[in-house]
Amino acid sequence: MKPKYTIAVTGLNNTDNPGPGVPVIRALREAKEFDVRIIGLAYENLEPGIYMENTADKVYQIPYPSTGSDELMQRIEYINSKEDIDVLIPNFDAELFTFMMSERKLKEMGIQTFLPTIKQFEERHKSELPEYGKKYGLDIPFSKAITNLSDINNIQYEFEYPVLVKGKFYDAYLAYNPAQVTEFFNKISVKWGVPVIIQQFIRGTEVNVVALGDGKGNTIGVVPMRKQYITDKGKAWGGITLGDENLIKITKNLIEKTKWRGGMELEIIKTHTDKYYIIEINPRIPAWVYLAVGAGQNIPEALVKLALGEKPEAFKSYDIGKMFIRYSYDLIGDISQFEKLSLTGEL
Amino acid sequence: MKLKKNIAVSETGFLFDPNSGESFSLNETGKKILQFLKEEKSENQISEWFVKNYEVDQATFENNFNDFITVLQNFRITE
Repeated sequence: MKPKYTIAVTGLNNTDNPGPGVPVIRALREAKEFDVRIIGLAYENLEPGIYMENTADKVYQIPYPSTGSDELMQRIEYINSKEDIDVLIPNFDAELFTFMMSERKLKEMGIQTFLPTIKQFEERHKSELPEYGKKYGLDIPFSKAITNLSDINNIQYEFEYPVLVKGKFYDAYLAYNPAQVTEFFNKISVKWGVPVIIQQFIRGTEVNVVALGDGKGNTIGVVPMRKQYITDKGKAWGGITLGDENLIKITKNLIEKTKWRGGMELEIIKTHTDKYYIIEINPRIPAWVYLAVGAGQNIPEALVKLALGEKPEAFKSYDIGKMFIRYSYDLIGDISQFEKLSLTGEL
Repeated sequence: MKLKKNIAVSETGFLFDPNSGESFSLNETGKKILQFLKEEKSENQISEWFVKNYEVDQATFENNFNDFITVLQNFRITE
């Protein structure tokens, strides 16, 4: 008989800028070695995953980490008193730091996580990437973090246009001149704060990798993919698994050198001369993770096993040429569901 | 001229490059050329076969063949 775990998952925003929550839940429901009861943790009361069938067994609203980690932990403590959570999988960049800092507190509550260490999380920040590249011997485009508009005039001495202008968590725009950099700096800093990162633009094809490190230098899962269709926010709306061995080597090398712990997504540019530049390292499972599951690597299942102190075997292969295509779908709900969630914070 | 070893071509002429994720549709002629390249036939052998089986002279075929090879090289389907 399979054990049954209660797993709390955030990121139920299955919108055109999707969080990984729903695909993670789908993966966990297909786990071979355990059954699950899923507790959805939602920040907003219109996150689609709240209302989707066969997704969360129970949903609780939680406060944004920006309101303070004490408030968030109190809420988790309350939810845990009702649900007895075994594992928590946070899926938003912006909440990871709070959950990492609260790892011990969560453990005391009996809740396991499997997240990168603070050091791993901090040193791969977009603003720190060039240093990261030097430290671990990785090809990374030159970039510079800027904090105010006066820095924009100086970047012309260090960069050739076009350049990428990026927010510290999300958003990236290609700018061809200082006026555009100014425009994007304002747009990004209002939304995500500073620093804003200016990154050398590398011409080539963007490819992505989802991977899972066991924290000891071993790669448990790795699947590369190329986006075939993107939304106007640059998010994958369709993708296909690749058989490029170099991407797997780069990922395994990074995980080995950094002893990466947890899920990760690498964003890589492959140039026409077959050079590979890492442009971003996201310290969490990406929203397209279900493609990896479809290709034969149930990475969320392996992550749960790691969180519970088990030693899952590394996946040996995956299917090349597996595709995913997202779609939108109108769910019909009732005002009473919305009412219940809004008034009680539970559904 | 050698095709990359993991290039897949289906019976319907659908070509998939697993390295890049790109896919292409080939017409009958393209499909035949890819089949010959997979079998590592020489340019002369390929040319002879086409001149024998199609209404085309050698010079015209070779011009078109070279154009097609350039396209394959541009898409990095050959080694």
